[in-house]
This record gives sequence, structure tokens and C-alpha cells, in this order.
Amino acid sequence: MLRLIFRRLVVGLLVALTVMTLAFLLTRLSGDLAISIAGPQATQADVEIVRKAYGLDRPHYVQFFAWVGRALIGDLGQSYFFKDSVANLIARRMPITLTLGMVGLSLALIVSIPLGILAAVRENTCVDRAVTMFTMVGQAVPSFWLALILMITLGLQLGILPISGTGTWQHFVMPGVVLAFTAIPALTRLTRSGMIEAMASDYIRTARAKGLSRARIIFKHALRNAAVPVVSIAAVQLGFMLGGSIVIETVFALHGVGYLGWESIAKNDFPVVQAVVLVLAAIYIALTLLADILNVLLDPRLRAG
Amino acid sequence: MSVPVVLPTVQSSRVGKAGFTLGIVIVAVIAAAALAGNSLVPQDPFVQDLGQRLVPPFWMDGGRPEHLLGTDQLGRDYLARLVYGARISLLTGTTTVIMSGLIGITLGVLGGFFGGRVDDVVLFVITTRLSIPVVLVALAVVGLMGSGLGLVVATLGLLLWDRFAVVARATTMQIRSLDYVNAARCAGASTPHLLIREILPNIASHLAVVATLEMALAILLEAALSFLGLGVPPPLPSWGLMIAEGKDYMFFSPWVIMIPCGALAILVLGINLVGDGLRNLLGTERLR
Repeated sequence: MLRLIFRRLVVGLLVALTVMTLAFLLTRLSGDLAISIAGPQATQADVEIVRKAYGLDRPHYVQFFAWVGRALIGDLGQSYFFKDSVANLIARRMPITLTLGMVGLSLALIVSIPLGILAAVRENTCVDRAVTMFTMVGQAVPSFWLALILMITLGLQLGILPISGTGTWQHFVMPGVVLAFTAIPALTRLTRSGMIEAMASDYIRTARAKGLSRARIIFKHALRNAAVPVVSIAAVQLGFMLGGSIVIETVFALHGVGYLGWESIAKNDFPVVQAVVLVLAAIYIALTLLADILNVLLDPRLRAG
Repeated sequence: MSVPVVLPTVQSSRVGKAGFTLGIVIVAVIAAAALAGNSLVPQDPFVQDLGQRLVPPFWMDGGRPEHLLGTDQLGRDYLARLVYGARISLLTGTTTVIMSGLIGITLGVLGGFFGGRVDDVVLFVITTRLSIPVVLVALAVVGLMGSGLGLVVATLGLLLWDRFAVVARATTMQIRSLDYVNAARCAGASTPHLLIREILPNIASHLAVVATLEMALAILLEAALSFLGLGVPPPLPSWGLMIAEGKDYMFFSPWVIMIPCGALAILVLGINLVGDGLRNLLGTERLR
């Protein structure tokens, strides 16, 4: 089992390194960074000063290795727009994105696991179909639409929740609901199909034959087995949520990491852009690793592999 | 690393068929409207008329017969823009799926068929792709390279191939040592022949389902990028851009955002229903 985790760790590091390369290439796509930083009114001399100041006069590979080397010790460079270190910026914004992500994931799990179980134990009835229809519609509704609808109704017409900002816990309710909504369809369907599969298995028949109560069968025996894929997808979803919350953060003006990414793209602040891509990818890699370990703990059969 | 895929669940056949038919009808109607374009809606989607700004749709007070769905903040006909926006959405969806399908299926089939080192590399590439935050990277590419419909489509095509690769790889693995593949191999078929004539047709039904999912996702992402101002540039009437432009007026005239949002949701729902129906019809029940 330790070997398995070690191998995953090595792969994770390689993936992170590849993402760093891609993030670096991405920010160099726009052509001459010095010109875009200096702005449209800059003279040739200004551009040269900017190029020197940001180390852009060095060959690309030197810039790349300098960035990777510093990133390994936690130094992600300087933002030229915010006049602060990128690591500081991200550290200051991260709690907001993480709070949003956790609120979103918790809400999503609270809704989708019971719904999935309900649909599975009532397979092929109206209840099941209603749940399936709900997930279909849920997948089709764009998150920013839901956000705008909530802002109009709860925020403006009823006036019970703030529309934008981060001051209090109320500020996280609407964004959290919208974010949860993006994950609910997938999680519900996965819980449902996992439960249906588990309920049809031999050990459930045995449990029934032993005369266990229905609740005990569903929650103790079936759910534990159905939870394996749900745990891994939940971790993956949290990764997607943290990366995808950029739309929701922008709509609700939540100044999290996603919003930071959006701002720095608009401002051509390349050190921040490449760092945000890297940090979000690193979180995703860590989450999938964690999910793999959790799965092994949940399902002893996986320990042999 | 585990690479889970969630696909729609199977419904009972009668309900499934009704959903499939509904999906086909929705997609066909929107596609027909997009193709017919100007012959259906005589108004020009680009002509501004500042004297007729924010005219409400026909069912509300103040609606006018010449603007069935009203006009936007610059007095442009909303129905004409909606129909033109359908073109952009469908074009984005199909082109993205073709691009991402080519990339994903090639990777997945190669990894699944050859296994071993090749598969290790393919799995690594898939894992790397999954760890990249799509929205952020797409925004960054468009933001740094300048916006444009072609660029948006190319970016999405290069990013959204992961499910194609995962499903192609898993299904190829399942069938690569089945009798008919072995028989073809014994009959002296070359590897390209095996891949293209034996493997591909037999995993095609699974890939068709993935194609609908990716198309829906691509359409939603294009709208999201345009909504954030880094997608299709104005004055092109992308649905996402219409929503972004209408956002400033939504508190007083909510229909400005409800119409394009509704269109978007209905199109995506239609495509998903088609995908769900395909799964039932083709019997690709459990895909993971």
C-alpha cells in the first residue's frame, strides 16, 4: 500500500512539473510580454526598462528554470500590477475560494447522496424518474444564470441575502448554492448507479437472508460500497469547483483565487496567471491523491492492487 | 490515478424514448432556426436603433409586433440576435467535438490497444489534462492572445478531449482481445486496419454518447467565456455575450437575461436528452 501511494506521489509530481511547463508556455503565447506590460503609450526605452526589470531579457529556458526553481521553495514571483508577491496574493485569496469550495461541496453532498439513494431504492418508479429529470435539467442550467436569478429574487426582490462581496457568512450562501448546483447532477447519478449496482450484489442478498433491517442493509452494507466512486468523484469535483468557481466568484465579486486569476488575465499580469494555474492544478493533484488513499481505506479489496 | 467518468444513467425504455424524441426535436428546431437565419427573421442582428432600446417581448406591456422578443440595450432585434447566437453555439459545439474527438479518440484507442508503456504515457497525458483548470486556462489563452470565435473554438477543442480519451481507452481495452479482433489479426490484418476497421466501429456507440456530452459542455463553456468578456467579441451575438450585456439591465427588465439563458438551457438539455437516448438505444449501459 505504501508503494502504491509512493508511485502516485511520483506521478503527481511529474504531472505538476508538466503543468508548470504548460503554464509557462501559456503566458508566453501572447508574444512580447514586455510590450504588453509597458502599455500602449510606452516608448522603446520604457519597454527595454520593463524587459530588464522583469528579467524578460533572459533566454526563455533561463526564465523557465528560474521560475521552477523559485516555485519549489515557495517563491512564485512578483505581481507587477498588485505590487506584492504572488505567494502572498494567493495566500490571502485562498481562504475565500476554499470556504466557497467547502460550502459548495458540503451542500452538494447533503443533497445528492440522499437523492441518489432515494432514486436507487425506488428504481424505475416516478421518484427515480423525477430525480433523473432533475439531474438532466440541472446539467443544462448554466451556473451564471442560476447566480443571476438568485441575485434578482433573493438579493433584490426579497432582499434577504447580499448580492456581492465577502463581509459575512451570508455572502457565501448564494455562491455556495450555485457552486453546489454544478456538482449535484454528477454526484446524484453516481450515487444512484453505485447503489443500484451494490443492491444487486450477492452480499446484499446474504444480508437480506440474514434478516437485517432494510435501513441497515442500505446504509451499512450498500452505501459503503457505493461510496467508493462517490468519494473519488467528490474529490475530483472539489478540484473542478475550486478551478471552476472563477465564473461564480466573478459574478458575486467574491475576491477569491478564481477572481484573482480573472483580474490578472485582464491586466496581463503573467506571474499571477501562471501561478494561479499551477496552484489550482496542485490542489487538484493533491485531492485525487487523497481520494485514492481514502478509497483504499474504504475498500480493502483495493489494497492488494 | 483514478479517472472517473460520469455518464447519464439508464431510464426505462418508454420514458427514455420520449426523452430521446424530445431531445431530437429541440436540437432539430434550434438547428433549423440557426440555418434558416435571416429568411426566418427579417431583422438584422447588427443594426442598432437607439430610439427603440429595450423594447419588451410581445407578451409584455409595450411589446411591438416588429420585435417579437423585444430589443436589447442598443435597440437591436433580440430574436434576430438569438437566432444568430444559435449559429455560434452550434458551430462551437460541433467544431469543438470534432477537434477534441480526434485528439481524445486517438490517444484513448492507442493507449487501450497497445497497453504497457504506451498506455502509461496516455494515462499520464490524461491525468495532466484533468489537473489543468479548464475555465482559467481557456480564459488565459483568449485573454492573452486576443478574443475571437476561432480562437475560442480551438482552445476548447484542445482542452475538452479528456472524456473521449478515457472512454475510448476503457472500451478498447475491453474489446482488444475479443475473438473477432484476434481473428482479424490471424487473418493478417495490419495494426492500422485493426484499429480503424475492427476497434473503432465497435466503440463508436460509446463515443457518440461522449460526443453529445462534450458538445453540451463546449456550448456552456463558450457561453461562460463570452459571459466573462473573454470569449466571442462583440458585436457578434453569442448567447453568453447577450447575457453579459443584459446583466446591467436585469434588475429592471429580467427578460433581457432570461431569453438567452433559457435558449442556452433548452439547447443543452436537448443535446443531453439525445445523448441519454442514444445510450439506451445503443445499449451502452454501463460506461466507466
